[in-house]
Amino acid sequence: MTRPTAHLRPSSKPPAGRPRPLANFFTRPQVIALALVLCVNWLLFPGFFSITWQDGRLFGSLIDVLNRGAPVAILAIGMTAVIATKGVDLSVGAVMAISGAVAAVMVTSGQPAWLAVMAALAAGLVCGLWNGILVTVLQIQPIIATLVLMVAGRGLAQLITEGTIVTFSDPVLIFIGTGTVLGLPTPVFLALALMLAATLIVRRTALGLLIEAVGVNRSAARFAGISAGLLLVLAYTFAGFCAATAGLIAAGDIRGADANNAGLWLELDAILAVVIGGTSLMGGRFSIPMSVLGAVIIQAMNTGILISGFSPEFNLVVKSGVIILILILQSPISANLLRRKTTAHSDGARR
Amino acid sequence: MNRALRPLFATTAIFMLAYLMAVAQFPAMLSTRVVGNLLTDNAFLGIAAVGMTFVILSGGIDLSVGAVIGFTTVLIAVLIMWVGMHPLAAFAVALIVAAAFGAAMGAAIHYLRVPSFIVTLAGMFLARGAASVLSPDSIGIKHEFYSAVSKAYILLPGGGRLTTIAMLMLLVFAFGIVLAHRTRFGACVYAIGGSETSAALMGVPVARTTIGIYTLSSTLAGLAGVVFSLYTSAGYSLNALGMELDAIAAVVIGGTLLTGGYGLVAGTFIGVMLQGLVQTYIVFDGTLSSWWTKIVIGGLLFMFIVLQRLIFSTSARKRKTVGTP
Repeated sequence: MTRPTAHLRPSSKPPAGRPRPLANFFTRPQVIALALVLCVNWLLFPGFFSITWQDGRLFGSLIDVLNRGAPVAILAIGMTAVIATKGVDLSVGAVMAISGAVAAVMVTSGQPAWLAVMAALAAGLVCGLWNGILVTVLQIQPIIATLVLMVAGRGLAQLITEGTIVTFSDPVLIFIGTGTVLGLPTPVFLALALMLAATLIVRRTALGLLIEAVGVNRSAARFAGISAGLLLVLAYTFAGFCAATAGLIAAGDIRGADANNAGLWLELDAILAVVIGGTSLMGGRFSIPMSVLGAVIIQAMNTGILISGFSPEFNLVVKSGVIILILILQSPISANLLRRKTTAHSDGARR
Repeated sequence: MNRALRPLFATTAIFMLAYLMAVAQFPAMLSTRVVGNLLTDNAFLGIAAVGMTFVILSGGIDLSVGAVIGFTTVLIAVLIMWVGMHPLAAFAVALIVAAAFGAAMGAAIHYLRVPSFIVTLAGMFLARGAASVLSPDSIGIKHEFYSAVSKAYILLPGGGRLTTIAMLMLLVFAFGIVLAHRTRFGACVYAIGGSETSAALMGVPVARTTIGIYTLSSTLAGLAGVVFSLYTSAGYSLNALGMELDAIAAVVIGGTLLTGGYGLVAGTFIGVMLQGLVQTYIVFDGTLSSWWTKIVIGGLLFMFIVLQRLIFSTSARKRKTVGTP
């Protein structure tokens, strides 16, 4: 006689141990998608994969993809932390404009570059802290709390630059935007360094687990003794820091601070990168490297569209197509179709 | 007094106070000319904000309205100038396209169970992209209908002009107020905003209402696009860039609770007018730069969000301590 509980376990599924991480990595849909996009680019432009070493740095279309994708990748690193807590940060584009404006105005007024960089990063931290306080202390929905800074932030940036595009020729700031570190463009190096540091911090300590706990259920996390408020403030402050870094890159790249256009709509690209990376907007499980991969996928698509001769605006249509595809893949309907056999669990997906 | 009405009274009081202060500084602002311009210049924003009010009342958000306005202006320009349609026929086509677009987004939100935020984000990309694929350049519209509309206005005492598009906005607000407070659809919207689960259990047709809400929002955004097209006599894919934020700000300043369920369409009108007043004041002042508009609107937004928290925090604490409200 079988025990009644026997029916509850899917007998066909073996009690699999940890799968091999490397094989697992190459079968992830994001990696396959990136490979596909890169292959299409290669078909459109045969020299796509050629990388040359010249004047002490790497050159090539692939490096360009990484270089152009670096600001969004950096934003996505911070955004991942925020989205993992079930929040979202709409203000990162405006924070980029603010940090670029601060750095540019400081160096043009004769301050040393290191001070300007520190001040720009500090401005990002303050912006992030502000968002975090709105979300935790005043308990405002993250979309709305960060909307305030998204609306007012560009005005503040214009206030700092007094409405003009402040140009500079400071070598340190230009180095951040266009320089070379270890053969890689500085933005790529910064993005990689931030990604590694953030991943190590969240995965080698309990921080990642705690962030996931807050994202899945904030009250439960609080009752379990996690200081949810502090973690939320930390996540938003980190996003502000990442946005400030991206803002420095954007300013250094064009050798000037453009309060109107620096980081315009990049918050949406960053959110898209995080979503492509597989982090759910409902909070919980997150992966910083996958978000960076998502940013690279977006940039590879952008580059592909530019190579193929379509107008850059066509990007938006392709992007929306990608979002729709991901939404359908992630939706409960397709999940039900794909895994009928697993025990039905009610999805917590609610607006 | 009804708690839900307090933000509306606060908005109205702030609007009156701000207007009086502006008039004290610039007596010329107290004229029907300024009022008429205030209505005309913000007509497209007001019309889109009515749709946004319904979306926010239901607890959602619609980021696509600015893009839909841009798309509509381009579509109308293409249909009139390249296809040779009559403007009224072009308007009808544009409104139908916008309505179908909204219905698709509503269906995606309901059936795919994804946050409205991300679906309408995709909608925003799609509409902006489609607009620039139609025509990346600005298309000027020359048609006798357009010049006839721009000449049609009611002369107010004092020299002010109540233009056709201003009247259209007032009509849309009247329609929105009736729809929100006097129809079954409106009651369903409030019910879903209060709690979608409870609404479904009470027998509110959640699917139909959700699709209806986003159809309404996109249709009104399309109508705002028609107004924008009449206002500027041109179609351009980057028209009304970032306008969704102004619309959301107007709704919030108007006292609608962002979590849904509380709010009035009439409040949105005051919210739109308050934004218009800030811009008019900056124009009158002449020394202040345009970026102050953004900062002041951001500040107002922040003030009203905090105000809402203060008013509703006691009830929220009583109701439940689970999760973020």
